[in-house]
Amino acid sequence: MSGSAGALEVRDLVVRYQGQAAVDGLDLDLAPGQVLALLGPNGAGKTTTVEVCEGLRGRDAGRVRVLGVDPAGAPDALRARLGVMPQGGGAYPGVRVREMVGLVAACSARPLDPDWLVDTLGLASCARKPYKRLSVGQQQRLALACAVVGRPELVFLDEPTASLDPQGRRLVWDLVRALRADGVAVLLTTHLMQEAETLADHIVIIDHGRAVAEGSPDTLTAAGADRELRFRAAAGMDLRLLADALPEGCSVSEPTPGSYLVEGSIDPQVLSTVTSWCARQGVLADDLRVARRSLEDVFLELTGRELRS
Amino acid sequence: MSTPSFEAGTFTPAPGRGPLGRMLATQVALETKLALRQGEQVLLTLIIPLALLVGLTLLRVVPLPEPRATSALGTVLALAIMSTAFTSQAISLGFDRRYGVLRRLAATAVPRWLIVCGRLGGMAAVVLVQVVVLGAVAIALGWRPGAGSPGWVLLLVVLGTAAFGAVGVLLGGSVRAEIVLALANVIWFVLLFAGGVLVPASALPGPLATVVQLLPSGALAEGLRTALAGGTPALGHVVVLLVWAVVAGGIATRTVRWS
Repeated sequence: MSGSAGALEVRDLVVRYQGQAAVDGLDLDLAPGQVLALLGPNGAGKTTTVEVCEGLRGRDAGRVRVLGVDPAGAPDALRARLGVMPQGGGAYPGVRVREMVGLVAACSARPLDPDWLVDTLGLASCARKPYKRLSVGQQQRLALACAVVGRPELVFLDEPTASLDPQGRRLVWDLVRALRADGVAVLLTTHLMQEAETLADHIVIIDHGRAVAEGSPDTLTAAGADRELRFRAAAGMDLRLLADALPEGCSVSEPTPGSYLVEGSIDPQVLSTVTSWCARQGVLADDLRVARRSLEDVFLELTGRELRS
Repeated sequence: MSTPSFEAGTFTPAPGRGPLGRMLATQVALETKLALRQGEQVLLTLIIPLALLVGLTLLRVVPLPEPRATSALGTVLALAIMSTAFTSQAISLGFDRRYGVLRRLAATAVPRWLIVCGRLGGMAAVVLVQVVVLGAVAIALGWRPGAGSPGWVLLLVVLGTAAFGAVGVLLGGSVRAEIVLALANVIWFVLLFAGGVLVPASALPGPLATVVQLLPSGALAEGLRTALAGGTPALGHVVVLLVWAVVAGGIATRTVRWS
């Protein structure tokens, strides 16, 4: 996932607003046919990062290569290879859906059929409605249509499902999967854990303009990774023997009577220690399960639990 | 997994920039359509000038030199250009910025200069429609085109559009959409009555008359009335329009924000 063949390569990106770093030393890599999710709370620097890559915003430091080209100065030839879905807006207030897709299609040499796209994205019923009278979800699907109509190599989707209903979200997810399968590189930003987990090959969690964690959805939820093991058995068992048998760093407790919790790095060895201890005690460990952290747990752990506007 | 709704290969990349001519034509056609479709804009750019053309010619309330249709045409052409290039242009630019359309277009393969040309093209197309419609109605009201100086009229229309367009872009491109809306309408109203459009500079009190000659509204209206009557417009009026176009345009290229 790097080098000259990459769709996107970002090294040590720094962007400041009035002296404050909005993006502070970010690295990103994206290969063709892959989906990279930038996951982070509002104000984490996601949109700023995307806008730098699109060539719509300058940077204060760092190296950025988009399809091998520096986007600073936004060379026309590079923009022709990109598809951009901005966050909110992006059309004349009075323009009709079909007209706007047609305008963006006219900017491309071999665009998709605008009528087909409008229809596929469920916009046929409002194809003649002016933009300002569309629902936010319809506006968002129009923005998505404009992002892909030019058959780009690399697509930037800034919060593509933020105001969509579940059906709309499913449609966008199908579309992202289809883009990926056809060899298009996709950079998407989201604050939806499930979206990142479902779509992305690689997730970068950012907060305050820095990457606080990254990896595949699997490694992110597994790594670091204190997991827990719970089981039910008779209340009030003596846990000292078990505690001694468990490896360093693991602890056992009985939070509520009859419900036991082993915390630590749960590997097959720990599981076997617990079950054989139960066997020696002559009890059957009921409802035994290894709980794995969800991406949401990881996310909240890393970015804090306070709400942000 | 849901059944995939897209056939494999649908999105296989095939990027490239569309032909410049097609991009420009599409944008000009769209901007023109948008301007002619919006009720408030049409009221400003066609209905009010038409009503004034008919009213000024037929109702002998305001004293006008004969033939009345010719004098009235000069007045309403100046008004129509002011409405399109300044008020309408400023308001639509203000709201287009609000709605992020310029950033949207800037993120496509369209070169920036072409986006600007597309806007100017749309504006020019609306002015052309105005000239044709107002001219046709004026002929019906007794205007004889042969009596004027067509070269001067054309030059004044072009310079007037450029001067008002530059000021309109300057206003529409620098402040919030609501402020643009309010200012563009108020300025239109003030210039119509006290800017030498409806009331000629000669009929205004002394110091105001001098100021009005230096405004694009006064210069354009006085110049058009003279040229349509077959005279040669004062050099001063031509220079005033030119200076407004260059100075406002120069400032606008530095201050206009895309979003």
